[in-house]
Amino acid sequence: MEPFKKLTGIVAPLEALNVDTDQIIPKQFLKRIERTGYGDVLFFDWRYLDDGKTPNPDFEMNAARYAGASILLSKDNFGCGSSREHAPWAINDYGIRCIIATSYADIFYNNCFNNGMLPITLAGDVVEQLFQEIRSADSYELTVDLEALQIVKPCGGTIAFELHPFLRERLLNGWDQIGLTLLNEDKISAYEKANGIA
Amino acid sequence: MAKNIYQKIWEAHLVHTPTGQDAILYIDRHYVHEVTSAQAFEGLRLAGRKVRHPEMTFATMDHNIPTTDRSIPISDPLSKAQIEALKSNCAEFGITCFDMNDPRNGVVHIIGPELGLTLPGMTIVCGDSHTSTHGALGALAHGIGTSEVEHVLATQTLLQKPSKTMEVRINGPLPAGVTAKDLVLAVIGKIGTAGGTGYVIEYTGEAIRDLSMEGRMTVCNMTIEAGARAGLISPDAKTVEYLKDRPYLPKDKSFDELAQGWLSWASDAGCSYDTLVELNGLDIEPQVTWGTSPGMVTAVSGRTPVIAELADANAKLSAEKALEYMGLAEGMPITEIAIDKMFIGSCTNGRIEDLRAAAAVAKGYKKADSVKLAMVVPGSYEVKKQAEAEGLDKVFTAAGFEWREPGCSMCLAMNDDRLEPGERCAATSNRNFEGRQGKGGRTHLVSPAMAAAAAIAGTFVDIRAWAYKD
Ligand code: SF4
Repeated sequence: MEPFKKLTGIVAPLEALNVDTDQIIPKQFLKRIERTGYGDVLFFDWRYLDDGKTPNPDFEMNAARYAGASILLSKDNFGCGSSREHAPWAINDYGIRCIIATSYADIFYNNCFNNGMLPITLAGDVVEQLFQEIRSADSYELTVDLEALQIVKPCGGTIAFELHPFLRERLLNGWDQIGLTLLNEDKISAYEKANGIA
Repeated sequence: MAKNIYQKIWEAHLVHTPTGQDAILYIDRHYVHEVTSAQAFEGLRLAGRKVRHPEMTFATMDHNIPTTDRSIPISDPLSKAQIEALKSNCAEFGITCFDMNDPRNGVVHIIGPELGLTLPGMTIVCGDSHTSTHGALGALAHGIGTSEVEHVLATQTLLQKPSKTMEVRINGPLPAGVTAKDLVLAVIGKIGTAGGTGYVIEYTGEAIRDLSMEGRMTVCNMTIEAGARAGLISPDAKTVEYLKDRPYLPKDKSFDELAQGWLSWASDAGCSYDTLVELNGLDIEPQVTWGTSPGMVTAVSGRTPVIAELADANAKLSAEKALEYMGLAEGMPITEIAIDKMFIGSCTNGRIEDLRAAAAVAKGYKKADSVKLAMVVPGSYEVKKQAEAEGLDKVFTAAGFEWREPGCSMCLAMNDDRLEPGERCAATSNRNFEGRQGKGGRTHLVSPAMAAAAAIAGTFVDIRAWAYKD
């Protein structure tokens, strides 16, 4: 996995509550057996008109100023619903490596770390403020510094955020979780022996 | 010290907690289905890893399979490839796979308990959020992502943080006509779709004890819609009775010994939880969702919300959006909402008891002409067989409902069963998200009896006033 240290990029707003994984990537795209190639269908039903091709002008993220965004801003309970890891795969494949929201659904949150993506949790008023700033500036970039656990705004102001120290460590180093767990192979074998698992 | 069931299962499965990291939890049972597994097997191959315990993993195909004649080849090449991939991955890694024509096939969360693969005190995972269903038997069951599927295949463990525990206690009995589905929708309506985030919920109280095992599965199934990590119900005599003669029970112990072991997982008297939520069973009415998240729910006697009456800006924003998507006016009585289609099935309500409840309503009636399609999809072949033995299929077809082959079907509309844009459906499944049952489709979640009644009346009706014909 690629390490995540510092990221500077355009922030795209997605002002909705309970953005569910069915919206992030609708089921008709879950039939493929690869991990990549889902970026074009991210937010498919919102992003395109009924023909499935023409960008929907009413979908805010489609505005030219948000093209190439690598940070996504949203609200409560982001990523709820189905456990499909296609959701973070699609977000990642679109180019977004960091999400900022007020809260996340558990499974989605875990899935992010398994794909080297950083979900940041901030308080409601801070997120609200960011929505306003993004919309009132012509081009708005944030720098997310995982080492320093802070977000740097274009004006130079900073926002501190918190993250479980181990999750931070994992992202910073790009560690593969299976490899890490297998460092404890002896413990797993001992558990199996003690519980009569052959 | 008195412990609750979550604490007992957690402690018994804790392998190790590396300093500063999440706990490594041993996994007893791993279920796999076609949609979320291919990339995990591919990951194993790329890393040259094996499946640590193939005998602890069982696979089924359910999401993508047709509910019509299975002898005809699947027309969608992508669906077909995904199903073929599961078959060959299972063969390569030595995993038992219930192929779509196997008599044990069905929706993963229906067949686990049915086959006796899900047992009290187990840790269970599956790359599917509704894995919470298995908690009804007193197992700690988590939905996981595909990377975690790969992790479990390779290590037979899952990384977890300890959860907080929430007791959801339903005092007193439920009124007549009110089901497990209404109970859990009412709980979600009360605590909200993120109300359970970070918690494992244990359901307790008279109304829960009174529920059948099928009803308990419905409740635990939808626990994920409240955002909780898992839902649990302590095993009791009903659990033991349900498990009798299930084909995959362990063979090394007598049934009595097994039962003793199972019952020992139940929460101790006087144990504690981090939070308590209480509801009075008798206050719960039949529920109908009006919006695009399961928390947007009200009693059948209620109305859609009036935006100006909602408390905060966020609630206003999402209610407004939801009503627009659903094509509903503010303050509209639920019983004036007319449906186009009806779907009975899914891992929430595709069990035999659900079909019995729907058939009792449908008996002697015909679906309304305005309802284009009413389909009944059993959750598994076993359910289908049992329903046919009881003649339920005949009741459904006589009422103009379609009787299908088992599978996930229109719960998520990955196969050909789906809503067209703008169509409105009474569904017994678990999610009313935008487009869940087909792009532009509008889903109202209800109990099986309420769904059958809506198909007959053409609009939602209060099942408590239904004239049953016998
Ligand atoms: S029936 Fe629906 S919720 Fe259940 S496993 Fe299938 S798709 Fe998921």
